[in-house]
Amino acid sequence: MRRFARLFAALDGTTKTAAKTAALAAYFRDAPEEDRLWTIALLSGRRPKRAATATELREWAAEAAAIPLWLFEETYPVVGDLAETIALVLPPPGTDSGLPLGVHMRGLISLAGQPASVRRAAILSAWDGLQPDERFLFNKLITGGFRMGVSQGLMTRALAQATGVAETTVAHRLMGDWSPLTTTFAALVQTGDPQSDATRPYPFALAAPLEAAPETLGDPQDWLAEWKWDGIRGQLIHRAGAFALWSRGEELITGRFPEFAPLADFLPAGTVIDGEVVAWGGTGPLPFAVLQKRIGRKSLPKRLLAEVPAHLLAYDLLEEAGQDLRAAPLCLRRARLEALLHALPPGLPIGISPALAAADWPALAALRAAARDRAAEGLMLKRRSSAYHVGRKRGDWWKWKLNPFTVDAVMIYAQAGHGRRATLYTDFTFAVRDGDDLVPFAKAYSGLTDDEFRRITDWVRKNTLERFGPVRRVVPEQVFEIAFEGIQASPRHRSGIALRFPRMLRWRQDKQVAGIDTIQTLRALLAGQRGYSTPAPPEDI
Amino acid sequence: MARAPVLTFTDRGIFCPAGGFHIDPWRPVDRALITHGHSDHARPGHGRYLCSRQAAPVIRHRLGPVRLETIAYGETRRIGGVTVSFHPAGHVPGSAQIRVEQDGEVWVASGDYKVSADGLSDPFEPVACHSFISECTFGLPVFRWDPQEAILAQINRWWAANAAEGRISILGAYALGKAQRILSGLDTGIGPILTHGAVETTTEILRSQGCALPATVAVTAGISAKSHPRAIVIAPPSAQATPWASRFGPNAAAAFASGWMRLRGVRRRRGAETGFVLSDHADWPGLNAAIRETGAERVFVTHGYTAVFRRWLESQGYDAGIVQTEYEGEGIDSAQPDTAGDVPG
Repeated sequence: MRRFARLFAALDGTTKTAAKTAALAAYFRDAPEEDRLWTIALLSGRRPKRAATATELREWAAEAAAIPLWLFEETYPVVGDLAETIALVLPPPGTDSGLPLGVHMRGLISLAGQPASVRRAAILSAWDGLQPDERFLFNKLITGGFRMGVSQGLMTRALAQATGVAETTVAHRLMGDWSPLTTTFAALVQTGDPQSDATRPYPFALAAPLEAAPETLGDPQDWLAEWKWDGIRGQLIHRAGAFALWSRGEELITGRFPEFAPLADFLPAGTVIDGEVVAWGGTGPLPFAVLQKRIGRKSLPKRLLAEVPAHLLAYDLLEEAGQDLRAAPLCLRRARLEALLHALPPGLPIGISPALAAADWPALAALRAAARDRAAEGLMLKRRSSAYHVGRKRGDWWKWKLNPFTVDAVMIYAQAGHGRRATLYTDFTFAVRDGDDLVPFAKAYSGLTDDEFRRITDWVRKNTLERFGPVRRVVPEQVFEIAFEGIQASPRHRSGIALRFPRMLRWRQDKQVAGIDTIQTLRALLAGQRGYSTPAPPEDI
Repeated sequence: MARAPVLTFTDRGIFCPAGGFHIDPWRPVDRALITHGHSDHARPGHGRYLCSRQAAPVIRHRLGPVRLETIAYGETRRIGGVTVSFHPAGHVPGSAQIRVEQDGEVWVASGDYKVSADGLSDPFEPVACHSFISECTFGLPVFRWDPQEAILAQINRWWAANAAEGRISILGAYALGKAQRILSGLDTGIGPILTHGAVETTTEILRSQGCALPATVAVTAGISAKSHPRAIVIAPPSAQATPWASRFGPNAAAAFASGWMRLRGVRRRRGAETGFVLSDHADWPGLNAAIRETGAERVFVTHGYTAVFRRWLESQGYDAGIVQTEYEGEGIDSAQPDTAGDVPG
């Protein structure tokens, strides 16, 4: 655990990418082999089941620290992080267990399903053998939500540096369903684990937001334009004896979309398709909010499957007849994809994501402006000659999204943030006017600079009307421009609406409360969105 | 009819009705008893000042020509209807707790204090009393300090590593107390020690009072990373990341020494600089031990997490209350990167 804590300190102590990569590469060279494997797993979001709930951890820590639980609870918001609060309140360690990360991880996994008394004893004993910085990491491993400030790309680069294996090869080997319990560092990174080949997905190619004018991209004929669908990015794999659907977060979601199972009977073996899973309205996609009804549900009743059928809008072919096509130009991959889909019998839940025909950039801009009528977020622009890149490589794939909706609203509640934002007021509730009343309609916590958060924190402290635990009701006078991507009716909210991805676009210190938007503005936007449920048929190719 | 309490809490600070004086008042009063020289305790504008003999030189320097009397630790003085004495608080050199006795009832105002010895300040002395007014800047159970030697060793290692890489080390520390505490533990074999003017002045005053401190060079116009490679610079936190500090080059390594550095969130808010957990205030075990040793039944808490600490003391069987100070400040703000000043952490 010492070596892992040292790695963490090195990563945490710098914001420079080169320094982080170097620290990670050194770790991948000299840390115990099993620890390297666990580190890859943790950094790519593969974490074991929780060995204890947050509530149990709080109680055990308070007990071990000989403090009442209320005092622990009062201390937590000051520290701003549960794992750290526990690490710091515990008495100094009685021993130095000296155990490596891998041993702790296997210990935690073996605790799953054990009675509370067994888990408690094991965790108290682990705490007693760790220094505060090691305890902090140990707790993070239990509680999840662990961010080491290392992207998948950075980790892949460090592994490539440490092992000499090409970066794109490493990226591919790390994809899919593997577990540190059943593989080794050498098998996973250096030789590639043949066991997981069958369902292993390719790293997703990602688009960068187009901020410049589209004219800067040159001749529009060099570009393939498609709708930017608002669904779940998915990679459908059919290989000998294996059928899998992966989400972009590398989650296996095959079981959640049973309607795709018949595709295994029709797609040739050795096929990998990249596309968007959407809720299907017969001729076009339904809004994301409809698909959301299926996400996160443990069971899928027949009624829901009938009400919200899933459909794959295919936009790329990564593997054909077992051949990796990613280096071939998009126009060729696309032609093969069309041919493949064309050969399928009708009635299957898959179709091509149509290419949009337009003579010039203004014509494409006009199509983009109407994207919301198609339940799309804007356009995708992909260079026809481009390969299928690993990750986000700027220049060949652009997302040209519509501008978000915006309203002016007033802050009415403020709450302190977590982690590095603990003690700063960063989580706000906003209201619009309804006659003489204010109706809360959205919460947002991102979009301002650190300096703005510091200033608004000062203001909140001086303008608190009431406190409810960690929440402060403030004088309704600070106006913010709130941006969001979508709006839907919601009987659970007092305002009757729910927003998708609300955030603060600007602190409007130039505006008075009298000038903010009203609930009528939001209702009008909602009415406009309802056009979604009867989308026009997709354009032909 | 019951007489007024020995000490009362007013909008100017702690007041002794029978003695007619205030302790560390924040608005001008006729007669002020001052626990120590930090600017939030020793303010200008009072008619008369009384402080410990050891605190006087710094306070004179900071406040200019004021009417100032001094008193030795342990010496008693009659003021009005009460007897007053000053006792070491261990916070910074010259810092004192103030004991006030009226008709056999004893109150002690702690000022700021720490219970572990720092090698420069007279060590904290527990003073038996009926009522104790305690600071609780770090009155939460997550605050626990490692021994000073361990932290000073970390600082020396950091300095040596920077020097080996050809980088200047700039360490933020409050000008009175923390700066000298660090100076006294620096390994002068690593390189030269440079000081910001505010640190140099205070250091010089303490040196003349007999504190054993290593040789320092005040940063003046001709001094830079070139003239003093391998140097460590001790500067008030407010001088870091300013044009003043830019003379040490873009590669200079920055660090900050404060009890708040115990919290990762605070360290991260200050950016990529290194944090050393070194405080001139009592930690959680220190506060609890100090309060226990006074034998007081009644404790008033001030400066810090007062509501939480009071509830904790009540759960431990004390009669506890809160003293409001001028600032509702949540303390942790003094560790914010944009906060200047001399509020000790």
